[in-house]
Amino acid sequence: MRNNSVIGWLLAAPLSLVLLVFLVAPIVMIVVVSFWGATEWSIYPAFQFDNYAFLLTSDVTYRVFLNTLKYAAITWACTLLIGFTVAYYLAFHIRSLTWQVALFLLCTIPFLTSNIIRMISWIPFLGRNGIANSTLISLGVIDEPLEWLLFSDFSVILAFVHLYTLFMVVPIFNTMMRIDKSLIEAAADAGASGWQTLRHVIIPLTKPGIMIGTIFVVALVMGDFITVRFMSGSQSANVGRMIQNDIGLLQYPSAAATAVILLVTVLLLIGTLLRFVDIRKEL
Amino acid sequence: MSLTLDLELIGLTKRYGHTVAVDAISYHFSAGTYACLLGPSGCGKSSTLRMIAGHETVSAGSVTLGGRDISRLPPAKRGTAMMFQNYALFPHLSVADNVAFSLKMAGVDAQTRRTKAGEMLELVDMTALADRLPAQLSGGQQQRAALARALITQPDVLLLDEPLSALDPFLRIRMRAELKKLQRELGITFVHVTHGQDEALALADEIVVMNDAKIEQAGKTRAVFEAPQTAFVARFLGSHNVMQMPDGMIAVRSDALQFTQPDAARLPGTITNIEYQGTHVALTATIPGDQEVTALLPDRDFFENPKNLGEAIGLDWDAGAAHALAS
Repeated sequence: MRNNSVIGWLLAAPLSLVLLVFLVAPIVMIVVVSFWGATEWSIYPAFQFDNYAFLLTSDVTYRVFLNTLKYAAITWACTLLIGFTVAYYLAFHIRSLTWQVALFLLCTIPFLTSNIIRMISWIPFLGRNGIANSTLISLGVIDEPLEWLLFSDFSVILAFVHLYTLFMVVPIFNTMMRIDKSLIEAAADAGASGWQTLRHVIIPLTKPGIMIGTIFVVALVMGDFITVRFMSGSQSANVGRMIQNDIGLLQYPSAAATAVILLVTVLLLIGTLLRFVDIRKEL
Repeated sequence: MSLTLDLELIGLTKRYGHTVAVDAISYHFSAGTYACLLGPSGCGKSSTLRMIAGHETVSAGSVTLGGRDISRLPPAKRGTAMMFQNYALFPHLSVADNVAFSLKMAGVDAQTRRTKAGEMLELVDMTALADRLPAQLSGGQQQRAALARALITQPDVLLLDEPLSALDPFLRIRMRAELKKLQRELGITFVHVTHGQDEALALADEIVVMNDAKIEQAGKTRAVFEAPQTAFVARFLGSHNVMQMPDGMIAVRSDALQFTQPDAARLPGTITNIEYQGTHVALTATIPGDQEVTALLPDRDFFENPKNLGEAIGLDWDAGAAHALAS
């Protein structure tokens, strides 16, 4: 008996150690630093609520968090719509497994290039004299270049959607592939139209996949700073940018406090989502 | 045009590319019949059923129900309902919601749905489990829920795709008695696909034996069993010995074989196996032409006159017991 419990602890030790060093320790460190104090030229260990007090009373914080949530919400809606459609097409309209796998891999090919490159390649396309504007002008759709195509919320969200849709496709496709095809036939047998089958059978059964995709996309967008910087031309801010700014100014305690608030926000968000859908059977 | 709800297959064909899964079969199911489509896997019986149900397009020919061509209608408009092999219950819905699903799709209000579903669940004796999820039910309970769901649309024909194959042997026998009872009570046509001959014999008023995309033989269950026309049917239904005789192939039921002295019999043979089965004893013997036959003797007859392994015997049967088979 005693021997068994020792072996159990030993077996659990390596993973616990990894988690401790790479997950728990950094978070503890950030929380600790978030209570430190800072002047223009130095940081000093302390236990004070100044950073939080400043953040939580500043109007800017709320605006930036709201903006971040707006990006997350719109990106979530777009990636869900596109991701669900792509996964649905792959899972239910492509008949052979070979083609399903081939097309699925095709979806992932763009992800073999770097994030930044995929993001930056939108710039010449969307720019004032870019391909999009010049095409629209030559087609006579518009007379003047559209200013909102680049360095705007539009371009930020476009890049987010482009970058993260696959994170929605993969879990949804995975869940859909587990839906017994005879359920679709049973629905048809019961007189359900295509839309009714989608609404009453496929969507409820795909919920866990949607939820996992949602967690991916929301976490990625909430924590992003580089996409917002490049695609908004530094004209928009989100929480990531705020943290980055603080770090640039060597205001580590303030950055840490913002990070803690962001972490809490994301955890609350995901915790709320998990109350609605049970994803355990998918993991 | 008949007003009764006879189901008729007319030259029904299913092709997948160049393979023919169902080859122009025709058959008439009288209303209120319990019919079994029987055959080995890949014989086209499931494709036939799925074409009747509307889950498979018809390549040629047609399906009519009560004189109405239904072969191009959507599944729910045909007057048929299907019970799927693995029951295909919606895992996210309770038993009651599963049963009421088609009513919900038709826009029936919640109160009526609940009442109707309650009636159906009572019919299959599942009232107490109405709020369970399918995953919380045993195989037999799932089957009953699936039956209730199929029957709530008040179909004229119920199509069952290997309904008993997912159950353990004990439950299978109990559920098949329930199926038969339900069919008698409802008086509608049941078309039941199976590869188990015992299931087909036990349940069906009529059997349709299929092989290689064609109907090998069809008719009243007893008529088919009593007089198989081909070696395939005789072998597939079991309890028959198919023997190559000088004047062609014949089938003789194993309980019609008699043992006599070697010199006075139609065929000489040597006993190779003796199997005690309780009420019967099965004797296997080799006969000329390296063929094996099995005879089923009542245990009393055997033990009054026991035989030994390797013993030379003579096989005999009444002239009427042998059926000539088409080659």
